Amino acid sequence: MAEVLVLVDHVDGEVKKSTFELLTAARALGEASAVVVGTPGTAGKVKDALASYGAAKVYAAESDDATGYLVTPKVDALATVAEQASPAAVLVSATADGKEVSGRLAIRLGGAVLVDAVGVNADGSVDQSIFGGAFSVKSKAAKGTPVVSVRPGAVEAEQADGAAAEETVALPAVDPAKSAKVTGVEPVVGGDRPELTEASIVVSGGRGVGSAEKFDVVEKLADSLGAAVGASRAAVDSGYYPAQFQVGQTGKTVSPQLYVALGISGAIQHRAGMQTSKTIVAVNKDAEAPIFEIADFGVVGDLFDVAPQLTDEVAKRKG
Amino acid sequence: MTNIVVLVKQVPDTYSERKLNESDHTLDRESADAVIDEINERAVEEALKIKEAGEGEVTVLCVGPDRATDAIRKALSMGADKAVHVSDEALQGSDMVATAKVIAGALGKVDGYDLVIAGNEASDGRGGAIPAMLAEILGVPQLTHARELSLDGTTLKVDRETEDGVTHLEASLPAVVSVTEKINEPRYPSFKGIMAAKKKPVETVTVADLGVDAGELGLSGAYATVLEAAPKPPRAAGERVDDDGDGGTKAAEYLVGQKLI
Ligand SMILES: Cc1cc2nc3c(=O)[nH]c(=O)nc-3n(C[C@H](O)[C@H](O)[C@H](O)COP(=O)(O)OP(=O)(O)OC[C@H]3O[C@@H](n4cnc5c(N)ncnc54)[C@H](O)[C@@H]3O)c2cc1C
Ligand SMILES: Cc1cc2nc3c(=O)[nH]c(=O)nc-3n(C[C@H](O)[C@H](O)[C@H](O)COP(=O)(O)OP(=O)(O)OC[C@H]3O[C@@H](n4cnc5c(N)ncnc54)[C@H](O)[C@@H]3O)c2cc1C
Repeated sequence: MAEVLVLVDHVDGEVKKSTFELLTAARALGEASAVVVGTPGTAGKVKDALASYGAAKVYAAESDDATGYLVTPKVDALATVAEQASPAAVLVSATADGKEVSGRLAIRLGGAVLVDAVGVNADGSVDQSIFGGAFSVKSKAAKGTPVVSVRPGAVEAEQADGAAAEETVALPAVDPAKSAKVTGVEPVVGGDRPELTEASIVVSGGRGVGSAEKFDVVEKLADSLGAAVGASRAAVDSGYYPAQFQVGQTGKTVSPQLYVALGISGAIQHRAGMQTSKTIVAVNKDAEAPIFEIADFGVVGDLFDVAPQLTDEVAKRKG
Repeated sequence: MTNIVVLVKQVPDTYSERKLNESDHTLDRESADAVIDEINERAVEEALKIKEAGEGEVTVLCVGPDRATDAIRKALSMGADKAVHVSDEALQGSDMVATAKVIAGALGKVDGYDLVIAGNEASDGRGGAIPAMLAEILGVPQLTHARELSLDGTTLKVDRETEDGVTHLEASLPAVVSVTEKINEPRYPSFKGIMAAKKKPVETVTVADLGVDAGELGLSGAYATVLEAAPKPPRAAGERVDDDGDGGTKAAEYLVGQKLI
């Protein structure tokens, strides 16, 4: 069985959930091989977790430079492994980093870039959801190695036993004339809420929330539901909430079981990031707001009355 | 003197309905209004700011059909100096690999570039990788997803903002940068700018002028091909209630009915 390479996303020795989704998708295509790029000792820390999601091999590409330069060490590692393993496909997460890695790797290998797949099929084709979920597309590599970025949360991770046999990969030295040096990082402080793209419930606030302070109305409802918090671009631009929580055309695409929109008008660019949600509930004081055209349940009213009441009701029912 | 090249793409307006052609699954360019991608206006703005802070020349580079000249004129009317437009029937249906190679080839038409500025992600393809792929081909550093950028001599510093947080980056020119929508507010072209843009030079080139392998271009040369495409049925509106003091309770009841709480 041909190998399928999976680029491992990890933070502080913990493997991200999206990597388990990639390993699951990889097993549908061939033998899953995990590629770990990090500072020395990283692979040892993450090996067991990778084994429990069916990684037959774990390639350890470790060096002090691995986290000191942007994107290129990951491309170097994958290209080095791909040369010896001739994989059937390479899978990465469709994050900002992952998409860039996939593009560069395709240039290096003479492969095809398949962007933001929501499904990976046994014949090597992928499913994509484009124009904000308005079109479903199936595509494949006509030639070369398929380098696929898979949307986090789109594939259900399933456990399986893997041997996780470790192999060392020698990373080439970084050429600083060709790579950007990382001089500092300010990681996002996750807090206790689930990640936006992984959450099964998302509660978002828009310009209607009115200020950064008042966003706690949104947060309280989210916390009662165990949800992630999102925001419209107008809310982000007005400084009510940080940019990484933006949902929409130029923000995150989310597809949760439940999406609650508070004080969001429902502009087409916002809908592009959330209209594939299973159930949509909207609260808006304007009965004509376009968000109601796609809401399964809408309340025409003031969010500062409706949201706290809903928060209390949810808390009551949870007991 | 900093020579800056801004990569500008024309896209279907996100405010209109966007479709694919039924026959070959390529972009249906007739169904929606075509505009310069909003993120590219910010890329132009950033280039103009660098030029205005010192000395430099801003060249617009666009790969797209003839009517993409509208997007080019918009960038010129904002204040860019000149443009290179790669337009060729053979490019229709090109994938990301082809696009990156054509852009790299077209950079050869610009007399020595120091800095390439792109958008971080186009609103139609959403590949989010052309700038990185270009850096790979050119063998220069990528400083992408910039929320902030500063240039001191030939040292470039960028604050990269992604879902992982902020990463501080540093490299020397020449380099490729991409910007996010948080980098700046693009200026509106002035009347004078619009008039001046009409006289600015736009060099139109075909792929034959660029020395790229024609076997990798267009629909037939693409590494990535679309097998099937279908529109999804639009969502229908559901139930709607007016809040008479019990809107939150009604919403809770709905969620219970749907087994969501
Ligand atoms: C290229 C491009 C990309 C874009 N990308 C995105 C994107 O990624 N995400 C995104 O969200 N937008 C995006 N936009 C912007 C989009 O067009 C809208 O401007 C934006 O979504 C509006 O946000 P909003 O609904 O919060 O604000 P508004 O449109 O101002 O709506 C506020 C709503 O709140 C309601 N309201 C006010 N007070 C209350 C109250 N007390 N109780 C209840 N309701 C109240 C009002 O009735 C109104 O409907 C993009 C635009 C462009 C051109
Ligand atoms: C819905 C859709 C899905 C697609 N999926 C795939 C896919 O899975 N795989 C694949 O290989 N191709 C795909 N394509 C084709 C791909 O979008 C085009 O090749 C496109 O020209 C480059 O990709 P992008 O727009 O996604 O670039 P991005 O990397 O998102 O663009 C970033 C920036 O690069 C610059 N840039 C990009 N294109 C141009 C251009 N033509 N001229 C000047 N500057 C430019 C701009 O500054 C832009 O802001 C898809 C196209 C569409 C419309």
